[in-house]
This record gives sequence, structure tokens and C-alpha cells, in this order.
Amino acid sequence: MTMDGSPRQRIRRRLLQGGAALALVPWLSARGAERDIADIPALAAFLAGRTPRWERMRLDLPALADNGQAVPMKIAVDGPFAPGPYVRVIRLFSQRNPVPEMATFEFPVAVERIEVESRIRLAGTQRVVAVATLSDGVLYAVGADVVVTIDACMDGT
Amino acid sequence: MPDARVNVPAEVARDKPFEVRVLVRHPMETGYRTDDGGKAIPRNVVSTFTCRYNGETVFSAHLSPGIAANPYLRFFVTARESGQLTFEWIDDAGIRGDERAAVTVV
Amino acid sequence: MLRALAVVVACCAGWAAAQDRVLPLSALRSGISFAGADVRAMQADDAANPGMLWVERGEKLWGEPAGAAGASCASCHGAAKSSMRGVAVRYPAFDATAGTVFDLEARIDDCRTRRQRAPPLRRESDDLLALTTYVAWQSRGLTLDVKVDGPARASFERGRALYGQRHGQMNIACTQCHDQNWGKRLLAETISQGHPNAFPAYRLEWQGSGSLQRRIRACFFGIRADMPPAGAQELTDLELYLAWRALGLPIETPGVRR
Repeated sequence: MTMDGSPRQRIRRRLLQGGAALALVPWLSARGAERDIADIPALAAFLAGRTPRWERMRLDLPALADNGQAVPMKIAVDGPFAPGPYVRVIRLFSQRNPVPEMATFEFPVAVERIEVESRIRLAGTQRVVAVATLSDGVLYAVGADVVVTIDACMDGT
Repeated sequence: MPDARVNVPAEVARDKPFEVRVLVRHPMETGYRTDDGGKAIPRNVVSTFTCRYNGETVFSAHLSPGIAANPYLRFFVTARESGQLTFEWIDDAGIRGDERAAVTVV
Repeated sequence: MLRALAVVVACCAGWAAAQDRVLPLSALRSGISFAGADVRAMQADDAANPGMLWVERGEKLWGEPAGAAGASCASCHGAAKSSMRGVAVRYPAFDATAGTVFDLEARIDDCRTRRQRAPPLRRESDDLLALTTYVAWQSRGLTLDVKVDGPARASFERGRALYGQRHGQMNIACTQCHDQNWGKRLLAETISQGHPNAFPAYRLEWQGSGSLQRRIRACFFGIRADMPPAGAQELTDLELYLAWRALGLPIETPGVRR
């Protein structure tokens, strides 16, 4: 570390360097998002050129699945919603499964708490993306990576 | 086998969201498995699941083989009036299932 | 005098053999403690635990009349909640009439055929799994308490010998993984101690519930050994040995395992 300059100048330099790194984060997320859309044709087809906002959503999946046959999953969209636009549909996409459109969850009646839990099947290590459509047409999205390993011992029963 | 297990809180607060948990008995057959003779086992999954609250649809799910066997769903519904939740689903073979649960709003 | 001495020696030998635990009771850990957070959460939540579907099915079957006698389980046993509490912890157990050791599945099927005079229930059928899960569930939280002395002794000793014997292409014995290497990683999994206290269990790999015998057979397959057929004497012998080995662990049925 260079030690020239007054303490104030050093602190300013550190803040600038940190800020520069932080400034990269949205750009990296955007790069990741672009990759998601490129990697998942079904997602690209659904978006049809629209850009979702990669914020306000949570997709909870284990980093390492106990078993690819049943991986607990939680999708959430952070409120508040009322009195403004509310969540109408959430779609879940798989990068690697034979059927990439994993599920669609619909909320015909507005509800303040948008949380959906289920258990999904994953055909191997991959990325999963959830997209929420709000009543004003705005899209939000979030992705998560899951590592799925094969069983240590085969079960032939 | 029972069609499903449903869990709803005993009492729910008016105008607040309450938690609904459903566990449906279904193999969610992917269509990619083969039997011992090597023949493909046809796909059969719960394709549509609907939750109605006093007759009004408040939640529905369209599922695929990407949802695990014996599907579990947890979601929230806004409490309005006391009454009933009815759950209905249908699978690829056209077999329907249903379950209901009482809602007591306080 | 010599006879008295012989009796004392035999008793001590029997006692010593029975006390000769590879895994001390203080070191016992249920399989759930080796499972990932998601599996643990699934087992802990009755609303999300898929095994509870079999408990409910079992509850329904308990009250259904079956067979020539037109009797249901409830006809003789009343409410399972009281009559079956504390039963599963004693199984496998020697049945004097049949002259053999029964696991819980065999016990239930014996009641079905002999008392209800109904057709037998096939092992791994949803109905037998449901009744077994329902009965074992009545003892959830109670600790295993099998007896391996007296007429059960021979089965127990066979089970213990089988547990220590190498099998299959991989030439491994159960004890090598589950007594000597539990807690260590095998690919992405942690080797458990191999206890029976959560069965019948919902195994994610099976996408359904299965018996302890099925789980043991799966292990044989895993080490590339011939699987004993379901209901084979060796499997009951192993079940008895496993239950003794897990003395003091609480029943967790319906367990969830990966």
C-alpha cells in the first residue's frame, strides 16, 4: 500500500477503490443476468425482449442439494405491494432440466405476502431462475445455482 | 392413500395473509424412467393445482416433472371472511383430487 | 460344582458378548444428525414430511375391517394411540406361536393372515408400509428396547456375524463403513452410523416410503453384493442386530432420509 499523502487523502483513496469495486457489482449482476437469459432459451422466449429487474426477489435453494429428486425451494417477492402493483404470476425456469418451464404460480387475488415453497427436481448441477410479473406488467427476476451430485452408493431397490 | 394433507392455522387475523401448506400424494412420474423390462413409464404429473377461498380462486399452480414426487406447496392467502378453502388438482391421466379446510377469521 | 462353574462361565460369556459393543451407547447418533439441513427440516415438520401421508393411510386402514373375520385392527386393539404406544420399540421380537423372530412388518402381516383371516400384505406395498409406519409412529420419541436373549439369541448372533462379514464385489462389511468410518465423507455424503430408528422412512432417492429391509437391501446393492430377497431371514437377523446396536435411540418414524 502506498503511504504517501495525508491520512485524509489515504482514506479518500481507499474509499474510491472500494467504491470502484462496489460499482462493479451491478455490472457483474447484469452480466450474470444476460448469461441467464442466453443460457435458458425458455426464459428468453418468455421475456421476448423485455428486461426484468434483478432485485426485490429471493430464491432460496441449497448450494448443495441433498438429493436432486427433491430440492426444497422458496421464492419470495419483497413487499409492500398495496396500494400499488401486486404480484400476479411467478414463473420458475431450469437451465438443464428436460422441461425448462418448471412451474407457474398464479395469484389472481392480491396478497401482501408473496412466498411460495415447494420441492423441485434438478437434473444435475444448474442455475434456476424465477421471474415475477406484477399487475402493471413490470418484471422482476432472481437466479440461484445448485450443485447436484450423484449418490455415493447406488440404490437398486 | 389419502389425497392430501392440508395445514391451515386454527384462526387467522382478518385482512392479514395466512399460511397454507398442502402435501399432495402423487408420484409425479417424469416420463423419463423405465421399468424393469426397459419400457418407458409414461409421464404423469399433477398439471394444475387450484386453491379456492369461499369459491374464489386465490392461488393456482401449473406444475411439471420438475416438481418433486408428493408435491409440497406452501403459499399465503389474505384472510377475508370465515369459510372454506377448497383444493383441487388434476393430473396428466385426468385423475382429479380434492381436499378442503375450514378458515376461521377473527 | 463343575456344573455351577460352567453355568457361571456361560452366563459371563453371554453377558460379555452382549456387552461387546463396537459402538458404545454414549456414541450413538441417529441418521438425522448426519443429514443436510433440508432433510432435517423436512423430517421435523409434520406438514411437510411426506412420510406422514403413510401415517394417515395407516390410520385409515387401522379402522377398516378386513378378511373373513370382518375385523379391523381396531376391533382387537382399540385406539392405536394407546394400544400401540411402546410396541415398535420392542421389535424385532420373538413370536412364540410362529417360533421365529418377527420384524414389525411380519408381526402386522401375521395378524392380518392369522387373526383377521385376510390375504397377506406384500412387503413394500403401500398398505403394509402405511400400517407399519402408523404403528411405529405411535412410539415416536420412545427409545429402542429390543430383547436379544432367550429365543431371540440365535437370530441376534446371526445378524451380528453378518454385520461383520465382507460381502460383494467391493468386499466390504457393514461394520467398516458404519462402525469404523461413520462421520467421514463419501463423495458428497457423510457416512452415518446406519441405525434403524427412523424406519419406515421416506427416502428422497425412492421418492416414497420404504422399510428398513429395503434400505438394508439397498446397501447390499451399493457394495455390489447380491441382495437378499425381501423377507429373507438374514434381513430380519440384521434388523434385530441393528435394533440392539441402536438401543436407547428414539424412534423417529416417519423419518426422512436422502
